[in-house]
Amino acid sequence: MMDGNFNDALTGEQKIRNFNLNFGPQHPAAHGVLRLVLELDGEIVERCDPHIGLLHRGTEKLMESRTYLQNLPYFDRLDYVAPMNQEHAWCLAIEKLTGVEVPRRAQLIRVLFSEIGRVLNHLLNVTTQAMDVGALTPPLWGFEEREKLMVFYERACGARLHAAYFRPGGVHQDLTPDLIEDMDVWAQEFPRVLDDIDGLLTENRIFKQRNADIGVVSEQDILDWGFSGVMVRGSGLAWDLRRAQPYECYDEFEFKVPVGKNGDCYDRYLCRMQEMRESTSIIRQALAKLRKEPGDVLARGKITPPKRGEMKTSMEALIHHFKLYTEGFHVPAGEIYAAVEAPKGEFGVYLVADGSNKPYRAKIRAPGFLHLQAMDYICKGHQLADVAAIIGTMDVVFGEIDR
Amino acid sequence: MTEALTELAAQLELRQPDAIVSTAIINGELTVVVAPRALVPFVDFLKTDSSCKFSTLVDITAVDHPERVGARFDVVYHFLSMYQNHRIRVKAAVREDEMVPSITSVHPSANWFEREVYDMFGILFSGHPDLRRILTDYGFRGHPLRKDFPTTGYTEVRYDEAQKRVIYEPVKLVQEYRQFDFMSPWEGAKYVLPGDDKAKG
Repeated sequence: MMDGNFNDALTGEQKIRNFNLNFGPQHPAAHGVLRLVLELDGEIVERCDPHIGLLHRGTEKLMESRTYLQNLPYFDRLDYVAPMNQEHAWCLAIEKLTGVEVPRRAQLIRVLFSEIGRVLNHLLNVTTQAMDVGALTPPLWGFEEREKLMVFYERACGARLHAAYFRPGGVHQDLTPDLIEDMDVWAQEFPRVLDDIDGLLTENRIFKQRNADIGVVSEQDILDWGFSGVMVRGSGLAWDLRRAQPYECYDEFEFKVPVGKNGDCYDRYLCRMQEMRESTSIIRQALAKLRKEPGDVLARGKITPPKRGEMKTSMEALIHHFKLYTEGFHVPAGEIYAAVEAPKGEFGVYLVADGSNKPYRAKIRAPGFLHLQAMDYICKGHQLADVAAIIGTMDVVFGEIDR
Repeated sequence: MTEALTELAAQLELRQPDAIVSTAIINGELTVVVAPRALVPFVDFLKTDSSCKFSTLVDITAVDHPERVGARFDVVYHFLSMYQNHRIRVKAAVREDEMVPSITSVHPSANWFEREVYDMFGILFSGHPDLRRILTDYGFRGHPLRKDFPTTGYTEVRYDEAQKRVIYEPVKLVQEYRQFDFMSPWEGAKYVLPGDDKAKG
């Protein structure tokens, strides 16, 4: 029976049909180009169907026709909020297959910039999620700090966002001593800024009402939907790849893995705030080590360029440089899965190499893809206004989901 | 680490002899090749068995081998156990006309991954609740990650001023798509050097 035809003669009531609502793709709370088709019963979400792929650029297809080094910048464009963490996974995959040992100083720089990426990401996520639930000041304060961090990016590699700084075999160039000092000054001041944001949000009545008990994730949900990162830690599981399956030299750094208790949006917010503090402490530890341990930042060999000075004097070095940047290096045939604890969760690369200078197949495993998949499950039964809070807490960025 | 994996591989072969085609440990990673029809019970075994506990599905993808005789695709699954802290890769070789059983009943998170594999490779999953395209455009044709799909695609879109809407057109390139092959001629480059075409034998 269609609604409209149904008329109860006695009460005069009409049968009410569920309301379908199109959310996005251009919506400030959609964090990019997410289109949600929502089925609403009054203000309660009955069903939620995310339509993704509006930012699909065919990265994986493009990568099959480019050399390993040419593919590196594509990783900046996946999760553009914390670019270097993505490059890291790609470099690790290549290094595992070629068996290259990264020099100590390069490892420290990688850890340093991975943590800066984590702060960049969490600053953006925490503050814009607060904006989604009604606060305007936090993003303004958070973005000021992000700006400072991006200046560090720029001073290290010349680009604010699309860094291409981590290279297979190390990092592109060494950090200058005054950059290290400036980063340390920043790392000393940053906890005060965090305190300010803390003061704005943590005990804020509206923020708490909008986040506490919203989007609760249980341990079973984590397994069913393949969550990783803060989505896991917010529910009380201390799972962190930096701790569980250490890569680079994370095992020698001291940091705590903050976990939540209730698995709701508010606990995830608290986790992110605490992780920023832990990251700042890792940054300071890395800087202290970097001051003491000079050295080369690239494993000199087949997959990395020769030193500039050598190139000017040695014919072999010149040929090597020319061949490296035209033909590229060859990776032995085989397959590998390399994962890093990106700010959003487990970011992985599954690489199939056929022994040539181009990857045969590269699959990018983005954490946001799985988080967004659970949208329907988590949103069911929530109010329409909570959808924005849940998208925010899931930390979705469409660069990595659509690829 | 590798010892534990060897032990795990031996145990798997012992307890699931029908499903497993082969096991290998390369680069410190355990790869198990299984028969496609045995996929669902095998994945369920991996999830529930107390020594495996691969309760998290990390990734599903496929690899296209057009020149391979028999099975064209490899469907590749990655699993992780947060409790035992180990990973496993499960591979199944499938023919182009073959359906793969969906593992959504065991891992709900397989839903979008299988949609993506269907979208990108055209591999069908039997028993999947909602096998729609996911990443490509509405009404897209073809499966982009197959090796015989051109990188430039077949259609392009532009806004038409006369019709006041976005229209689809076949791809028109001002010049051929240039694929530079810098491989050395003696290392298997697929082009003929100028002058070499004159030489016989």
